[in-house]
Amino acid sequence: MPLDTFRTETRAWLEANCPPSMRKPIASEADICWGGKDWTFTSEDQKIWLERMVEKGWTVPAWPKEYGGAGLSKEEAFILKEEMKAINARSPLDSFGIWMLGPALLKYGTHEQKLEHLPPIARGEIRWCQGYSEPGAGSDLASLRSKGVLNGDHYVVNGQKVWTSYADRSDWIFALVRTEADAPKHLGISFLLIDMDQPGVTTKPIKLISGKSPFCETFFDDAKALVANRLGEAGQGWEIAKYLLSHERAGIVSEAAFGGMNPVTAAHQSGEVDETGRLADPILRGDVARLTIDGLAFDATLRRIKEEGDHGEGVGARASMLKYVGTELNKRRHELNMSALGMDGLLWEGDKESDGDPARAWLRSRANSIEGGTSEIQLNIISKRVLNLPGA
Amino acid sequence: MSFVLNEEETMLRDGAQQFLEEQAPVTALRALRDSGDPVGFSRDLWAAMAEMGWCGILVGEDHGGVDMGCAAAGLVLEQIGRNLAASPFLSTAVLGASAFNLAGTDAQKAAWLPKIAAGETVIALALDERARHNPSHITTRAAKDGNGFRLTGAKRYAVNGAGADLLIVAARTEDERINLFLVSPEAAGVTRTSRRTLDSHVPADITFEDVKLDGDALLSGAEDSEAAYRHLLDIGRAAQAAEALGVGQKAFDLTLDYIREREQFGAPIGSFQGMQHRAAHLYGELELARSLVRRALTTLDTQPAQAPLWCAAAKAKATAVSRLAAAEGIQMYGGVGMTDEYDIGLYYKRAQAAGEFLGDDAFNAGEVARMSGY
Ligand SMILES: Cc1cc2nc3c(=O)[nH]c(=O)nc-3n(C[C@H](O)[C@H](O)[C@H](O)COP(=O)(O)OP(=O)(O)OC[C@H]3O[C@@H](n4cnc5c(N)ncnc54)[C@H](O)[C@@H]3O)c2cc1C
Repeated sequence: MPLDTFRTETRAWLEANCPPSMRKPIASEADICWGGKDWTFTSEDQKIWLERMVEKGWTVPAWPKEYGGAGLSKEEAFILKEEMKAINARSPLDSFGIWMLGPALLKYGTHEQKLEHLPPIARGEIRWCQGYSEPGAGSDLASLRSKGVLNGDHYVVNGQKVWTSYADRSDWIFALVRTEADAPKHLGISFLLIDMDQPGVTTKPIKLISGKSPFCETFFDDAKALVANRLGEAGQGWEIAKYLLSHERAGIVSEAAFGGMNPVTAAHQSGEVDETGRLADPILRGDVARLTIDGLAFDATLRRIKEEGDHGEGVGARASMLKYVGTELNKRRHELNMSALGMDGLLWEGDKESDGDPARAWLRSRANSIEGGTSEIQLNIISKRVLNLPGA
Repeated sequence: MSFVLNEEETMLRDGAQQFLEEQAPVTALRALRDSGDPVGFSRDLWAAMAEMGWCGILVGEDHGGVDMGCAAAGLVLEQIGRNLAASPFLSTAVLGASAFNLAGTDAQKAAWLPKIAAGETVIALALDERARHNPSHITTRAAKDGNGFRLTGAKRYAVNGAGADLLIVAARTEDERINLFLVSPEAAGVTRTSRRTLDSHVPADITFEDVKLDGDALLSGAEDSEAAYRHLLDIGRAAQAAEALGVGQKAFDLTLDYIREREQFGAPIGSFQGMQHRAAHLYGELELARSLVRRALTTLDTQPAQAPLWCAAAKAKATAVSRLAAAEGIQMYGGVGMTDEYDIGLYYKRAQAAGEFLGDDAFNAGEVARMSGY
């Protein structure tokens, strides 16, 4: 189909099918649809919107049709994204299955594994969480110690994960587990898909500075994982983990680039603008202008790197640059939101459900430069792999 | 519009790189400086640039140019920045040619564009009247006088002013609008004083005392002269940003070379994380600046109505980043970074001067805020 026709048809379909309440900016966590066995829709519209998009294969537009996608080309997927953005349409489904595990399954999974796991992700039926970090293995992830021992058709897994986002609400976990005890650090790890609906897997929420508990400690006590649910070969886990991390970084970055409150809307909300709509505080105005400039620069850079990628130059380690720049930018945006909101930004609880959202979003943004590899780790990667600086 | 260079653009960039590394390396700037050159650039180099076809890069083919557009001019300017090549390329081939393109009558174009393309003239834009760039603060007046005008006012730091043989002067006419006038620096009542700036360029302060001008001194081909004037400055901003990007990128490249070689504590200083993180941060900043510069230039070529925001953003970012790259360079070189012998200090000085022209990062951030409606 010519791209112009695709655009026209997409626009018309979205216009006819996206419920009006799904065309408002995501204001808080509650507006995001994560799916999963335990999911309760926050509104009827959220449910309808998901169902319609699932039917089109547009929750995962670029995945092949047989795995629940729509098989769109890169260009078509980009058009869909643009058209959704144009009417402020919310993403119908957001999940670690979509932006982290999916790409890894598509690249490393067998046909059977793809058929079993991808369609439920696309339909929002199974929710996944990521079991990488451990108490002793954060930035130095490859030092992880959770252990898997082969026993016939399955592994017996023991150990502890930490910072597992949404583990208490997830159905399955993709986990890095040391299965080859005698192999060197990076070569002894396998990538296992583990059903959390079993006695050997328990979770315990951790309370954050935002007052919420989006992540957990996850314990494996003689948990079972079928060998058929090992992605790739035994010992190939580190390679897959790194591949997946590049998608995780891209996801954190695109979150940073789009949507949500900005300091100008914040200032309008708090009344800190003059009659002409100018930000009342000239110094704040200057800071916001520099944020606008860096935002334009970041969008243009995403676009440029994508285009260069289409021309065969790998994104490669430059994903680390995007992750570093994008997350630092997002933190600045939230700091300026708080400044523009003034004392209104301090509100923690109130009559409205949305009271306290800006403060919590601001606090949440601090994690952007920690999760998915800290800013310091990204700078290390840029130094070594992009700039080729000598090792210490 | 594309971020990726096409074949023609790649050839132009590679050609410019080779030509400037051979004909106008940093040693050439040092020679101009040390000999106290009265105009601060080499006429021989300018003639060679004309032979390369660069002088007509924004001149239409019917006037003897190659008409390649702003994005192409930016590629040349980036290489000019990398080599600190002193030339009237920006003031003449970009701003001069664009002034005629935007505001010239057919007759004015026919008279001047071929000369620009042939490298036979050097043009200076006489614009600013205050220490900081302010395109609205124009008090120079062009009073009607018979069929012509009488020009009175004072301009400061006109880039390439010392070597120019044609001035394009921004002045207010009786309707209070800003218009551009062609003025010979030799005309009666024009006084020009060379100023030597830290980057070894030689701009000029120029005063006009009741200077008599013919009617056709007014660039009167534009429907809206003030819009043409603003658009001209946008082109200048994107172009100057491209040069600044080259300055910053080369300062960074030099610094990387240095920290890979220099050893302390028995190891290359580039192996220390404190150095690596500063370098990696700069890398990201330069990538951001590069995207904005390219975006501004291609937008000028393809969607000029949307260009002002991108041009201001690009100028702001490239100014801040090139200055940072050179400043960080000096720090990472250590003591030798402070010596005249090493080039990094020359990059710092040029970054500061290029940053000032057509508004620094603070000025252009203000423009971005205004255009964004807050
Ligand atoms: C909101 C959030 C969600 C998360 N979700 C998940 C999840 O779902 N699944 C999961 O597995 N993990 C998750 N994580 C964990 C995250 O990946 C880790 O927190 C991160 O990798 C850092 O590890 P750490 O916390 O142990 O810090 P550490 O590694 O102890 O780092 C502490 C400090 O030391 C610095 N540092 C460490 N090594 C170096 C070095 N070599 N050079 C310079 N500085 C260094 C770090 O940059 C940091 O500033 C999440 C984290 C957050 C905040």
